[in-house]
Amino acid sequence: MITLKNIEKVYRTTRIETLALTNINLSIAPGEFISIMGPSGCGKSTLLNLMGLLDEPSAGQVQIGGEVVTQYRDRELARLRNRKIGFIFQSFHLINDLSVIDNVEIPLLYRKGDAVGASRREMAREALEKVGLSNRMKHFPGQLSGGQKQRVAIARAIVGRPDIILADEPTGNLDSAMGNEIMNILQQLNAGGATIVMVTHDETMAKQTHRLIRLFDGALVGDSVLARTDD
Amino acid sequence: MLANYIKIAWKVLLRHPFYTFITLFGISLTLTVLMVLTSFLDHLFGSHYPETSRYRSLYIQQMIQRDSARTSRNGGPMSFKFLTQYAKSLKTPERVSISTFYSTSNAYVGSRRIKLNTKFTDADFWQVTDFEFLEGKPYNEQTIAGGDHVAVITDDFKRQYFDNLEESAVGKDIEIENLHYKVIGVVKGSPVTRIFTYADVYFPYTAPKSNYQRTGFRGDYVAILLAKNKQDVPVIRTEFQDRINRIPMPAVSDGFKFDILEVPSEPYVENFIGMILDGGAGLRMLFFSLIAFILFMLLGLPAINLVNVNVSRIWERASEIGIRKAFGAPVRTLVWQFIVENVFITFIGGAIALILSFIIIKLINASGWIAYADLTINLSVFLVSVLVCLVFGLLSGVLPALRMSKLSIAEALKS
Repeated sequence: MITLKNIEKVYRTTRIETLALTNINLSIAPGEFISIMGPSGCGKSTLLNLMGLLDEPSAGQVQIGGEVVTQYRDRELARLRNRKIGFIFQSFHLINDLSVIDNVEIPLLYRKGDAVGASRREMAREALEKVGLSNRMKHFPGQLSGGQKQRVAIARAIVGRPDIILADEPTGNLDSAMGNEIMNILQQLNAGGATIVMVTHDETMAKQTHRLIRLFDGALVGDSVLARTDD
Repeated sequence: MLANYIKIAWKVLLRHPFYTFITLFGISLTLTVLMVLTSFLDHLFGSHYPETSRYRSLYIQQMIQRDSARTSRNGGPMSFKFLTQYAKSLKTPERVSISTFYSTSNAYVGSRRIKLNTKFTDADFWQVTDFEFLEGKPYNEQTIAGGDHVAVITDDFKRQYFDNLEESAVGKDIEIENLHYKVIGVVKGSPVTRIFTYADVYFPYTAPKSNYQRTGFRGDYVAILLAKNKQDVPVIRTEFQDRINRIPMPAVSDGFKFDILEVPSEPYVENFIGMILDGGAGLRMLFFSLIAFILFMLLGLPAINLVNVNVSRIWERASEIGIRKAFGAPVRTLVWQFIVENVFITFIGGAIALILSFIIIKLINASGWIAYADLTINLSVFLVSVLVCLVFGLLSGVLPALRMSKLSIAEALKS
């Protein structure tokens, strides 16, 4: 599903160069639920951004669903993100000026053909039902709790039925009860067939996934298959 | 999609009322000035009372005589005889009217002096124009041939000259420059900006001091050629030009020997601009520089200002840009979104400007600043205003949108 070959990422300014990732080789199979852990600044989010085509590697190759995307242009990358990937962020990144349902509809706005008008609305409604927020459709993000906001963000991530969900510390801003709730939803999505890659600082959350990747100073230092406690 | 953009634009407007006030104030003020200016230009050049047939009229305002070396130049209005011989006799026009430009005179009511403008015209003047007769009727060929001392006056002059406004002025005597005339008609006046038709008092060209019998090419007269339809206009121009070309050269008029004779018959706008462009390279440069400067001040400067406001507003929305890109919005779509939003905001400003312009135009018309001013927001003014809004919206929206498009998704999401 996702393959990274010899990935290197360097951030350059006029004065300094920072090596964020080096020699990353990683393959993620369809249906996996992977967690990425490591200390702050070790390159977890950078790795997730590269997988999500939100950033370009300085060297190496990224493949999504068998497609080598390294040479893709903006429009092709946008299409691929739209069709294949859903994102969940620690700080939710909801658009405060739009209602819950309008926020959830965003990925469908950029999809041609199968998601127009009423069907778009219906798909957004279904996604909100899946995360248990169908009664908050007309609300605005400012009127929701942190847990509810993250559930809206999950609905937005899944509304386009992507194969891959990338979650950057999805429980980082939530208390443990809310965090568990979100984790349950992610597990359900994974059970439904979605490939999930989650960056986390929380060992307990990581243990609920199938595979744990550890990063340190931009290098991949651990890749272990976990005993599945959720089944 | 469009509804989503507009919804966002509306919410962004409501988010920071002060910013919004500054933005809309700038847009509305700029567009108000442009709309009033457009309305004024329409007032100047459009087909309005009493020149409602301007769109199918040609104007002969001046002749230019030059020697072959082009060292001397003589220009100005023509003699009545010249225009009668070369313009009046044209076959294609529906009517040809010959008249003077207005000249100033004085009339006295008791010891009170009334400054007024007079004009000498032929009978066709009342046919090529569309004056509304409030009382009486125009003079005709018969009146002119009889050399009657008659006059058509405007309602404004009637108000100034006669005490009893209820009573008809027709048949009454007026005294101008010690000469007595009988009023035969009262018309609703023409604005001073319509120089071919404006006057307070109209005399037949056979009235005293008209100089209609003057010989030679040059004189005090101009002509309006009214075509049967718009398609005839170029035909008439060619026909008139043929006549002028047949005048044997070199010729002598008023002691001036000339080899080149130019007598343009032009639509009103061309004629008006021609007056400026004929003033030499210096005047031409000044005219176009002035237009460029005015356009820059009215459209460019506020657009630059709005660009700055928009850029700072766009940075505020970096997270939204990041999210939209992350979920599949291509750069082109986002640029389009910001342009649509900007055009939407500009149109709100345009709607405010339309109301303000309407009020200002009413005030100008009522102020008497331009006599008989009839500035309006008609369809053409409205369409020009819409176009200006669109150009302004694009002008101030494209640059911020392009800057925004360069924002990397990862950076935008960090903000």
